[in-house]
Amino acid sequence: MALTKDDVARIARLARLELTEEQSVAMESELNQVLALIETLQAVDTTGVEPLTHPLSALEEIELRLREDEPVPAHDISQRELLMSNAPAQEQGLFLVPRVIE
Amino acid sequence: MSTALDSFASVRELRAALASRKLSAVELTQQLLQDIERNSVINAFVDVRAELSLQQAQDADKVIDDPAKHPLAGIPIAHKDIFVTRHWRTTAGSKMLANYVSPFDATVVNALNNAQTVSLGKLSCDEFAMGSGNEHCITGPVLNPWDHESVPGGSSGGSAAAVAAGLVMAATGTDTGGSVRQPAALCGVSGIKPTYGVVSRYGMIAYASSLDQAGVLARNADDLALLLDTISGFDPRDATSIQSCLGQANAPGRILKQYQAALDQVEDHSKPLKGLRVGVPREYLGDGLDQGVASAVEKAIEVLVSLGATRVDVSLPNTKLCIPAYYVIAPAEASSNLARYDAVRYGHRTSSFDDLEQMQARSRAEGFGDEVRKRIMVGTYVLSHGYYDAYYLQAQKLRRLIAQDFKRTLTQDCDIIVGPVSPKVAHKIGSTSNDPTAEWLGDIYTLSVNLAGLPAMSVPCGFAKNDRGIDMPVGLQLIGNYFSEAQLLAIATQYQKHTDWHQRRPGVSK
Repeated sequence: MALTKDDVARIARLARLELTEEQSVAMESELNQVLALIETLQAVDTTGVEPLTHPLSALEEIELRLREDEPVPAHDISQRELLMSNAPAQEQGLFLVPRVIE
Repeated sequence: MSTALDSFASVRELRAALASRKLSAVELTQQLLQDIERNSVINAFVDVRAELSLQQAQDADKVIDDPAKHPLAGIPIAHKDIFVTRHWRTTAGSKMLANYVSPFDATVVNALNNAQTVSLGKLSCDEFAMGSGNEHCITGPVLNPWDHESVPGGSSGGSAAAVAAGLVMAATGTDTGGSVRQPAALCGVSGIKPTYGVVSRYGMIAYASSLDQAGVLARNADDLALLLDTISGFDPRDATSIQSCLGQANAPGRILKQYQAALDQVEDHSKPLKGLRVGVPREYLGDGLDQGVASAVEKAIEVLVSLGATRVDVSLPNTKLCIPAYYVIAPAEASSNLARYDAVRYGHRTSSFDDLEQMQARSRAEGFGDEVRKRIMVGTYVLSHGYYDAYYLQAQKLRRLIAQDFKRTLTQDCDIIVGPVSPKVAHKIGSTSNDPTAEWLGDIYTLSVNLAGLPAMSVPCGFAKNDRGIDMPVGLQLIGNYFSEAQLLAIATQYQKHTDWHQRRPGVSK
């Protein structure tokens, strides 16, 4: 089942990627080539096979670690300024975005 | 071209020269900064800041007299541009992060700073570590020091090229599907990817979190042991970091101690690998493997046998499933990880837009390159409503089958698995750009290891001719059981004591 131009547009919207017309055409053909490759996994019988999400759980029982719920010192203001300096638009320590609520 | 590192075969040798004051870390760093400049055609470095490197060298010189306490002080290294650094830019090879400066150092970077190595800067990689040829990168392709028309491999291509060219003694890398081992093989250097969770991923820009693991590239296995030991260890800031490795604390010292013990327990020095069962999977020597590569790998196996190992033919029947499984899981996790590039907190923002969604969608389309956009699209699709079970869940089940292949083989049949790293030697720059999946098929021998989370390495084992008749390096892959990185390193060191492939330098001898 090949992906159509509409499918590509839908996936691009979900992925938040604004593709040009030319990119969409190329993407449609590339995605279909990729799908032809990955669809081979459908043919494998995996009845009774548990999915492996954490690679080390193939070896031993793995529990995701939780940190202690303890207060830690806040970063000082210079660290905050360092963080903010990478923002494409900022003012008075706030990230600027286009108006969202009218 | 010769560099300041030509006269030193190993980290220990260079460290001894520094300790004896034959040259200072500052002098060496100055010479290497010039070497990097003279070799700029290779395009391995993306950010060099002489004053920062020289400052680190000055600090290293202060402790240079005490190699026992500071075994890596003054050793020149560099970081893959996927590890965040406070003072060098961190771009991940992407326009998205072209001007990004991290407010902190990655744990790996910290560990090597604390060991007083000298960083020469940041090394090129495929954008967000997605690629096998270092061709998907805003700063242009990196050239293979053995042949400037060929790729160095990827995604840690800059790391491999810089070590091969003698510009640094070692470099950090990351390996999600072969990105340390494959460029190491194609550039004729040694590289290791440890067991998943041994090295912290804090400050390592995420690609596919259930597969990503940091590693090291250097000239030989002994150097790798020193470097890997230093960067290994539990880190509470990485949720997947491992606290204990089969009962031993995951901390610096573990790997080096086990490595030394493995070397020390050898009784018959003419047969140092006596008793070792080396599994050769038939699936790794079949169709698609270049004859020259196959012959170099076969000869390497004969060397292991001559050192006392026993060859066992084994089977990893689910090998071919690693490609579809990986190219579902990795893009799925990438699409999720790369959702953080929202053009708000950091990263590229487009110049014109009407609303928030357009701003983000346009910024992301402009900021990400072709390969990254493609993988985000694939990942978004396989995770979208109605397809999750058919693709992602099914891929995770195949992942279990692949891991079980290794588990069974490494428990019943053999102690380590050996084979090729890449089916071919380095390809010509630009030669795979027309087929979106051609490059992916070259990862057939490396992906399974990441899916299973096992440690693996690549060591130089000979040369094979490329399609223009040029001799190019071939790597031998060694795959071990969980947490056996020290054993792999010791075996590789024994191999390198009896071969000299790792000592060959591009442009010197072949």
